Amino acid sequence: MSALTLYDKLWQSHVVRSEKDGTALLYIDRHLVHEVTSPQAFEGLRLAGRKPWRLDANLAVADHNVPTTNRGDGIADPVSRLQIETLDRNCAEFGITEFRMNDVRQGIVHVIGPEQGATLPGMTVVCGDSHTSTHGAFAALAFGIGTSEVEHVLATQCLLTKKSKSMRVNVEGKLHPGVSAKDIALAVIGRIGTAGGTGFALEFAGQAIRALSMEGRMTLCNMAIEAGARAGMIGVDETTIAYLQNRPFSPRGALWDQAVANWRTLKSDVDARFDQEVSFDASQIRPHVSWGTSPEMVVTIDDCVPDPALEKDLVRRQAMENALVYMGLEANQPVSSIRIDKVFIGSCTNSRIEDLRVAAAVVKGRHVAKNIKQAMVVPGSGLVKRQAETEGLDRIFADAGFEWREPGCSMCLAMNADRLEPGERCASTSNRNFEGRQGAGGRTHLVSPQMAAAAAIAGHFTDLDVFQGNL
Amino acid sequence: MDKFTVLDGIVAPLDKPNVDTDAIIPKQFLKSIRRTGFGPNLFDAWRYLDHGEPGKDCELRPLNPGFVLNQERYSGASILLARENFGCGSSREHAPWALLDYGFKAIIAPSFADIFFNNCFKNGILPIVLESRVVSDLFDRVLAEPGYHLMIDLPAQQVTTPDRQVYPFEVDAFRKECLVDGLDDIDLTLRHVESIRAYEARRRQEAPWLFQ
Repeated sequence: MSALTLYDKLWQSHVVRSEKDGTALLYIDRHLVHEVTSPQAFEGLRLAGRKPWRLDANLAVADHNVPTTNRGDGIADPVSRLQIETLDRNCAEFGITEFRMNDVRQGIVHVIGPEQGATLPGMTVVCGDSHTSTHGAFAALAFGIGTSEVEHVLATQCLLTKKSKSMRVNVEGKLHPGVSAKDIALAVIGRIGTAGGTGFALEFAGQAIRALSMEGRMTLCNMAIEAGARAGMIGVDETTIAYLQNRPFSPRGALWDQAVANWRTLKSDVDARFDQEVSFDASQIRPHVSWGTSPEMVVTIDDCVPDPALEKDLVRRQAMENALVYMGLEANQPVSSIRIDKVFIGSCTNSRIEDLRVAAAVVKGRHVAKNIKQAMVVPGSGLVKRQAETEGLDRIFADAGFEWREPGCSMCLAMNADRLEPGERCASTSNRNFEGRQGAGGRTHLVSPQMAAAAAIAGHFTDLDVFQGNL
Repeated sequence: MDKFTVLDGIVAPLDKPNVDTDAIIPKQFLKSIRRTGFGPNLFDAWRYLDHGEPGKDCELRPLNPGFVLNQERYSGASILLARENFGCGSSREHAPWALLDYGFKAIIAPSFADIFFNNCFKNGILPIVLESRVVSDLFDRVLAEPGYHLMIDLPAQQVTTPDRQVYPFEVDAFRKECLVDGLDDIDLTLRHVESIRAYEARRRQEAPWLFQ
């Protein structure tokens, strides 16, 4: 048999049947459900008199709309409240397991899946959310779907889909201290562009990837969608297996041993061929900051805001000019001169315990700058929050002037009360810097947790090396 | 789902690359638990001068005269002409729901983001990929001629201009069939219940930990 990529293996093991044109009926092992993209799907089931095909494949949680303060008071916004109550009602009616808002296991859907061991190697994982690519860190085929497909998976446990092309992103060498998985992600998107991965399933490989923790791998796979790829994935190694042992949904006993033996095969064969390959030298990757309104508009911390006049393509030049106006920036302005108003540490990209630890290490014994109106830390789940509190990270953040919040998507997309006001500029560990993403008129700069923490203390973006030496 | 065969419609040009689904329908409107009613809030932040919220009467809101869809010449448009990577970002199906509710039944662009592209087909919207050069030409024509319209023939897989220029386009055979016949995906899949059950039985043997 010819050599297979990890993607080939995951695909082949899930094809139920194929149409002549290659459209496959693909079996789905895990379906994660949240409140925003599911109500119309449940309503569709109800109208057609259908029931979920396999209840135990589903896990639901409310994350997008939930408030991150004063949960005891319930949800003030009646529209948000109705959406969350609708999820609660649908899960109760159809018999789907849900972690409700005041359950300590509640959190961002892409944090709790792996945390619970509900995401396992070799699975197909889908959710009505584009950042489902996160789960590919566990050698799962994981991708976001729309609401019609949410209904389709609920009703049939399958999806109609076609195989993508494969792209391997090789990251060899060693990252410098202070450079993180987020910087790899932004460097990749900066190079290949937000459409560079369109039509591809990405596999991240190489020495620098193997050196990442599962948290770092999740950050990287999470942002595959920002490169246009529905799925990003990483082969199984000891790091993967160690993370999953003794998680609530992980197999146990003899089943664990059987599963692990199978999981060890979930990597690309040595001589597997990819449709495309791109390579990066980890030692050359610097801390990144996005300057514009698309995740491909990135520069490194020691760089300047780019000059549209140097862009030859007219459509791109116009987009750069528009982005500069929206962002309130000047061409050729040093990135380190950009002063910020708010800091957001959270989101499905960077709200896991490791993210909070590195940010806390930067702010420990310091205080946010005077020009910072608000700095907040939103843990990815109730369990991340509890772990951080056990380690005393909440005190470190609070002493430094950060607000310590309840878990949820929060200011990543501002569906709840956490948002930027028009013109406000934010150092954010989230994944999208689109116009209005964090609040109408808000200006987002995507950065790593270390950079967000340093920016909070300095009041502007700053080279972490300089920062550590100077303060 | 409505059938899609032939569409002859006015074209509206949206001359920006990387139009994301947050721009197509901003997050505050995603709190709805319905599938309809998103049309008035399509491109909300670009279309109106004030900030939109669910429940606000859009008839009373100040329009942004600079936004293309607010120009009288594009009223009634059913074909959106767009640039590279249209529909990138979030998987929200509210984006095609809003486009459809507004009246768009087809979108022509040099490229689309994967999830959005897929979501269009689930809602009877036809996304058409044409070469960048052709799309640029179409932008020039639309801007030059008020009332510019195109004829889209899905069975024949071609776009025809008023001066009879014909541009063929690709579409997956399966997706085409579903659109032309207005087929429901779930009904189609449920024809294969036995195959799904057989797959599950086999898989349960191979990987029992997936069925705990």
